[in-house]
Amino acid sequence: MLQSAAPLYDDLIPGGSHWSFVMRRGHVLRLIDETGGTNVGMLMYNPENPLERYNMPDTLKNQHTFLLTSGHVLLSDMGRVFASIIRDDLGWHDTVSGTCNADLVEQRWGQKTYQEAHNHYHRNGFSSFLNELAKYGLGKKDLTANLNWFSKVKTDDDGNMAYVSDHSHAGATVDLRFEMDTIVVLHTCPHPLNTASDYPSHPLRYQLFKAAPVTDADPCKISSPEATRAFANTALYHMMQS
Amino acid sequence: MIKQSILKPENASFRETVPAGEYFLKIVKAGETVRILDLEGNQAADTLFYNAHNPTERYSAVDTIREQGNVYLTAGSKLRSSENNVMLEITADTCGRHDTLGGACAAESNTTRYALEKKCMHACRDSWLVAVTEHEELGMTKRDITHNINFFMNVPVTSDGGLTFADGISDAGKYVELKAEMDVLVMISNCPQLNNPCNAYNPTPIEVLVWS
Ligand SMILES: [Zn+2]
Repeated sequence: MLQSAAPLYDDLIPGGSHWSFVMRRGHVLRLIDETGGTNVGMLMYNPENPLERYNMPDTLKNQHTFLLTSGHVLLSDMGRVFASIIRDDLGWHDTVSGTCNADLVEQRWGQKTYQEAHNHYHRNGFSSFLNELAKYGLGKKDLTANLNWFSKVKTDDDGNMAYVSDHSHAGATVDLRFEMDTIVVLHTCPHPLNTASDYPSHPLRYQLFKAAPVTDADPCKISSPEATRAFANTALYHMMQS
Repeated sequence: MIKQSILKPENASFRETVPAGEYFLKIVKAGETVRILDLEGNQAADTLFYNAHNPTERYSAVDTIREQGNVYLTAGSKLRSSENNVMLEITADTCGRHDTLGGACAAESNTTRYALEKKCMHACRDSWLVAVTEHEELGMTKRDITHNINFFMNVPVTSDGGLTFADGISDAGKYVELKAEMDVLVMISNCPQLNNPCNAYNPTPIEVLVWS
């Protein structure tokens, strides 16, 4: 579902860092766990109207799922598809655990400032998101439930949550095909339920590709009646732009 | 966990019935207790909480479930804010389980969940948007409408990652009670949802009571 095998762009984000960019419709964002054990926090907004943003409840309830994997679509709060998961090597990604904050990082892994550790200082997901959101005029009011790529949190019959360690491995890949222009905000800070003894710092490799055209038989488009209707809403949104 | 309240309705300092499809907005002070009562059964009360002095701090579904290590809400649950502070604690619950993963209905999500033609049906986000536009003094907009609690809704998660909307476990007279740990603005949409079998396609009123 890529138009070419060679990436348009290839970049490595160190562990414990943050970055953001605008993905254009018709392109694929490939996320690669370079060393194994990474966690990628992600938020998404419509650059044309950032009040439209990734919606965890709508994404989960429309697809009757608690986990995210290939075949699923990532929905905005306006009933449209930001991105389709067209490849996933792991079978389970988390979107219900939120992100780590300064208190959590300090309590679990200690404080490490820039003054003492330079760029190996301990960043947290909450501040990282705010740092990137500010570049688009966004702030605390725009924080919402985020995606945690490469991380797995399951539940038992009573609803007790359990973080699954060693879920991801070196080379594990997720491909996201963007169906709308999307502000992508991400960080590589630890998952908030990670209990590793040392501050987990694992890089993310990401690559950009041109996507092959989306057909009516596209697996994500026909994965559920709900997804098909979300694609119809997205097509309506694009109708006047082409 | 089922836990009865010792508070008596006749001693409440405030009582108001909220019809289906209406919003409810009130500040509950730290130390006060608020009860949401399902008058006729299987209704959903879609509820948001804000720090009454700074609504930029608001209820966070993901911080709440992560910090308690469980995806369901019931007696003993501490509801956390986007700044990870405890806003309220559920002190009584005769229902046993409440949902905070399913979110609220909106005109747009009704198109994907039910049918494209359902877009003009009244939905919970409409109720909240009316609430914030009718109360300009709050300085709130759609940016402030985030993930909520669905009191009285049952949305089971399975160990293999499934999520379903099950029949309600509420009934006429069941209630949930919360003690405020900070001054909170309570914003409820009493759900007008006509497409969901959980409420037998018949949205009904709730009552809100406050004890000072
Ligand atoms: Zn509703």
